[in-house]
Amino acid sequence: MLLAIFLLPMTGYISTGFATADEQAQHTNPRADYWRQVRDNTNGYSAVKGRETNELIQGSGETWRQLRNGPVALIGSGLLIFTLAVLTVFYVWRGKVELTHPRTGKTIERWTLNERRLHWVTAGLFVILTVTGLSLLYGRAVLIPLFGHHGFAAYADLAKWFHNILGPLFMIGLILMIVNWASLNLFNRIDLEWFKQYGGMVGDSHPSAEKLNAGEKLFFWCLVFAGIFLCLSGLVLDFPNFNQERELIQLSHLIHVVTAIGLIAFSLGHIYIATIGTEGALEGMVTGQVDTAWAEQHHDLWAKEVMNKEPDSH
Amino acid sequence: MARMKFLCDAERCIECNACVTACKNEHEVPWGVNRRRVVTLDDGVPGEKSISVACMHCSDAPCQAVCPVDCFYTTEDGVVLHDKDMCIGCGYCFYACPFGAPQYPQQGAFGSRGKMDKCTFCAGGPEPDNSAEELEKYGRNRLAEGKLPLCAEMCSTKALLAGDGDVVSDLFRNRVVRREGRPEVWGWNTAYKD
Ligand code: HEM
Ligand code: SF4
Ligand code: SF4
Repeated sequence: MLLAIFLLPMTGYISTGFATADEQAQHTNPRADYWRQVRDNTNGYSAVKGRETNELIQGSGETWRQLRNGPVALIGSGLLIFTLAVLTVFYVWRGKVELTHPRTGKTIERWTLNERRLHWVTAGLFVILTVTGLSLLYGRAVLIPLFGHHGFAAYADLAKWFHNILGPLFMIGLILMIVNWASLNLFNRIDLEWFKQYGGMVGDSHPSAEKLNAGEKLFFWCLVFAGIFLCLSGLVLDFPNFNQERELIQLSHLIHVVTAIGLIAFSLGHIYIATIGTEGALEGMVTGQVDTAWAEQHHDLWAKEVMNKEPDSH
Repeated sequence: MARMKFLCDAERCIECNACVTACKNEHEVPWGVNRRRVVTLDDGVPGEKSISVACMHCSDAPCQAVCPVDCFYTTEDGVVLHDKDMCIGCGYCFYACPFGAPQYPQQGAFGSRGKMDKCTFCAGGPEPDNSAEELEKYGRNRLAEGKLPLCAEMCSTKALLAGDGDVVSDLFRNRVVRREGRPEVWGWNTAYKD
């Protein structure tokens, strides 16, 4: 076979000369074929029962190792550092987006108590999952030099445990967010205009927005789609009791890490904008109330709608 | 220094599973864990072959490369061992290992993994040689007693060889030479020519 692979492409122009060699290539050694079968993840029989005990050699583990320890870890850390750097540079350049009009002192309700609970519980879980998850991926390089092998192992044991328990809870938070907020996040024409003006982050324009602007909607849908992949792959890793095979686990693991790092990078942007990036944005999610000046600046259409409904708000 | 290696001569292995049993008994391996197993390919068809497989103590060990807590180490004899005190049972070494060597006793619900267990080449673990803790966690340390792994020592057909890689390969090369050249390197009819 191997011989044939090398020789067949040549036959086109020197077919006659190699006629004999081709004949030889047919006579592969049956024993050698047998070893090729071994390398091919062929399953046999084993008296020892258990997960894939009848598989002599699984080749995909090495691919998984090379991908995880190589490009995934490398590009992942690069992406996270790059995101932090871009946000820092952006902050230095643009500074905080301040209120253009003084506060009116009047507030309107932006998020109900239950909505805020859902946001903070899910966000809290996300942060814990991020820290514990990244510890498993980068702890060996970053934390072992700090805490020593035994110190890090003790922490990693806890980190793994928390990650495995809290993962499914995060999934519930994510599902509730989809149920409650998906309708608020549907894109429309107004969002197109918002994107064209870079959401007012660049320059001094103030594109119109409803309750959620296009940037927030974009973050929401990224969270939903990446989150679904993240959770499904997480479940495959979390419950080894279904005897899923290693190839599925390896694939799930790679999907898990890639979606996790993508989402973490996106979340850094989300956190930046909501805290030091925009004056008055955090209040809405903390107290539930926002100043009407903030509402009119950032979500004019929504502010109008709310204030028309209840002219004398608080 | 010697570099310890296993080699299983597929022409000789008769799938008696004695190596599996000997290992399990020698090290009091936990329930549900087998450090060694015999795999038969083309079972029941003419030309079927059996091979006994356990941790192969890789030079560039994939398990070692992916372990998040970096608990593996390679001894002077080239044996890949790990520290169960540090292991967090994440399963990564099992995903990476080509031979399915790492095993886990089940711990708690949903199949969550306990501390990884695998073949030690009968060389114990990081604890002092032949101490009670070492025996408890990793089994016997025959290497420290000047003995080779039990599985190979008691193999009735001497299919399974264990020891210094140079010696093992010399032994095997000798067998191959007696089996006379290419296709016949493999074959029952020639395996026992000596
Ligand atoms: C349903 C939700 C989730 C589940 C069930 C889950 C489960 C898991 C499991 C089982 C592992 C393997 C680690 C081990 O067993 O020790 C893992 C690794 C990891 N998870 Fe999650 N996870 C979830 C959500 C998340 C989230 C939200 C993040 C971060 C945003 C995240 C980031 C990571 C990272 C970075 C790793 C480490 C990968 C490595 O070491 O190569 N996970 N997760
Ligand atoms: S456990 Fe697997 S990967 Fe690690 S040294 Fe043994 S055979 Fe190699
Ligand atoms: S199961 Fe234990 S030995 Fe294996 S990679 Fe995880 S921590 Fe390391």
